[in-house]
Amino acid sequence: MDKLIAASALFGEVNWENMWDATVETLYMTVVALLFTFIFGIMLGLLLFLTDRGQLWQNKTAHFIIGAYVNIFRSIPFIILIVLLIPFTRTMLGTMLGPSAALPALIIGAAPFYARMVEIALREIDKGVFEASKAMGATNGQIIRKVLLPESMPALVSGITVTAIALVSYTAMAGVIGAGGLGDLAFRDGFQRNNPEITFTATIIVLIIVFILQFIGDYITNKLDKR
Amino acid sequence: MITLQKLAKVFNTKDGAVTAVDDIDLTIDQGEIFGVIGYSGAGKSTLIRMLNMLEAPSEGTVEVAGKPMHTLKNRQLREARQEIGMIFQHFNLLWSRTVAENIAFPLEIKGLSKSEQKERVDELIKLVGLEGRGGSYPSQLSGGQKQRVGIARALANNPKVLLCDEATSALDPKTTDSILDLLVDINKKLGLTIVLITHEMHVIRKICHRVAVMENGKIVEQGDVLDIFRRPRQEMTKEFVKQVTEPEETEEALNHLFGEEGIGQVLQLTFVGGETQRPLITDVIRQFEVDISILQGKISQTQHGSYGSLYISMRGDKNTVKEAVDYIRAQQVEVEVIHGG
Repeated sequence: MDKLIAASALFGEVNWENMWDATVETLYMTVVALLFTFIFGIMLGLLLFLTDRGQLWQNKTAHFIIGAYVNIFRSIPFIILIVLLIPFTRTMLGTMLGPSAALPALIIGAAPFYARMVEIALREIDKGVFEASKAMGATNGQIIRKVLLPESMPALVSGITVTAIALVSYTAMAGVIGAGGLGDLAFRDGFQRNNPEITFTATIIVLIIVFILQFIGDYITNKLDKR
Repeated sequence: MITLQKLAKVFNTKDGAVTAVDDIDLTIDQGEIFGVIGYSGAGKSTLIRMLNMLEAPSEGTVEVAGKPMHTLKNRQLREARQEIGMIFQHFNLLWSRTVAENIAFPLEIKGLSKSEQKERVDELIKLVGLEGRGGSYPSQLSGGQKQRVGIARALANNPKVLLCDEATSALDPKTTDSILDLLVDINKKLGLTIVLITHEMHVIRKICHRVAVMENGKIVEQGDVLDIFRRPRQEMTKEFVKQVTEPEETEEALNHLFGEEGIGQVLQLTFVGGETQRPLITDVIRQFEVDISILQGKISQTQHGSYGSLYISMRGDKNTVKEAVDYIRAQQVEVEVIHGG
């Protein structure tokens, strides 16, 4: 009992209402950004893969442009990307406040990262199954929908899990433009006002979110993988 | 059913142009099982892949089931491919789908309704002997069962032709035989034309009606399987025939015998069809003053009858031996003197 009181005294400085709001903001940014990253990442990854030499839509110019785009946006440090995208975000959303303002930067930063993983996942597919599908008279669309995506799904899901965890850490940086979230709380209320308990608590919650994401990702990957 | 004219394929590689298939003319009849044999690099794989345009020919024409394949594009080509089934050495099944879903794949491509798909899949599962395994995933099956799924999938859209690309090369001998039996069964039941490529003469002997031997992109010899076994003309063909007629150590064992006491002239006799059942050796011993000892013998079955080879050593007066050999030749039995005389 004494220990419990001591423990609660240790967290006396923590405003749980703020902490909860920040957690919800972090989850909101992560989940919405993840959804769009999944969609755009798969589209980009597919284009990257299909325009490559010897693939269905072989196209040197398109492949070069998509590759360059992916490499550039994957390489810009996220904190700089956010700042660079401020004008873009402002025109798109009309504001720079709140968690939604972080979404464009999160998606533009994470989608190319995921696209590379999608490309790698697609390359892993046995060439024989393309050949078999072609021999059966499948259209390119059928090959993409019925062969490429289902056959690479476990790798696509484990890739999105890695991306989700990267996104959680990106959201922490989004605090600099006033997006809120646990990172913002830990930095301003915790670090700048010298309340280490807040920083510590926010860190624990981030870790819990990461563990849960990893667990869900692993579970789905194992369920999907019939190899 | 299949007509190839002046068919050629040249690959442009970094080391220059490589001719994989060189000016091939070939006709394959409806309902026959046609084998193409050759070592790896002979061009047989490229040849079979040109039948359904997985590989576009550099020159020449390909006609399958009345359709000029080399002129077809897009939609027409896809529809033509649905009439040509294909099975592969490594099966090429979708691991993310169950057996039933794999077999349904070509039916989905064709756009059949769910209930039509299910009905057809059930028929096919029965045809290839995989009852009760419809819900399994390929990873849960043995190699032979995977190839059965491959066959069912290839037959789903009632093709006129089945292409087999080294379909048994990844299987053990026993499983190979069961898959070959299934192919013969399908050929008889459905009247399906089957084209297969292989490097194993055993496969040719067991199921093919006719065979073509390939070397360096060309067909060096072709004909009825039984004729090819009886009278192989080219060196390459002789090598392949030996794969089946002689156990590996035969030559060694015979060489060992040559020159030993009691071994006279060593002959290889080749019987075909009904001759295998005749008491030829007894006839010879009764009619000629010769001693015969049997060194080794073997009978193999082909689709057009049996085929046997017998190694004997014959001793006696030189002229009598010659007369005996002539007598054997007169009985429509091929004789090759491999030692002495």
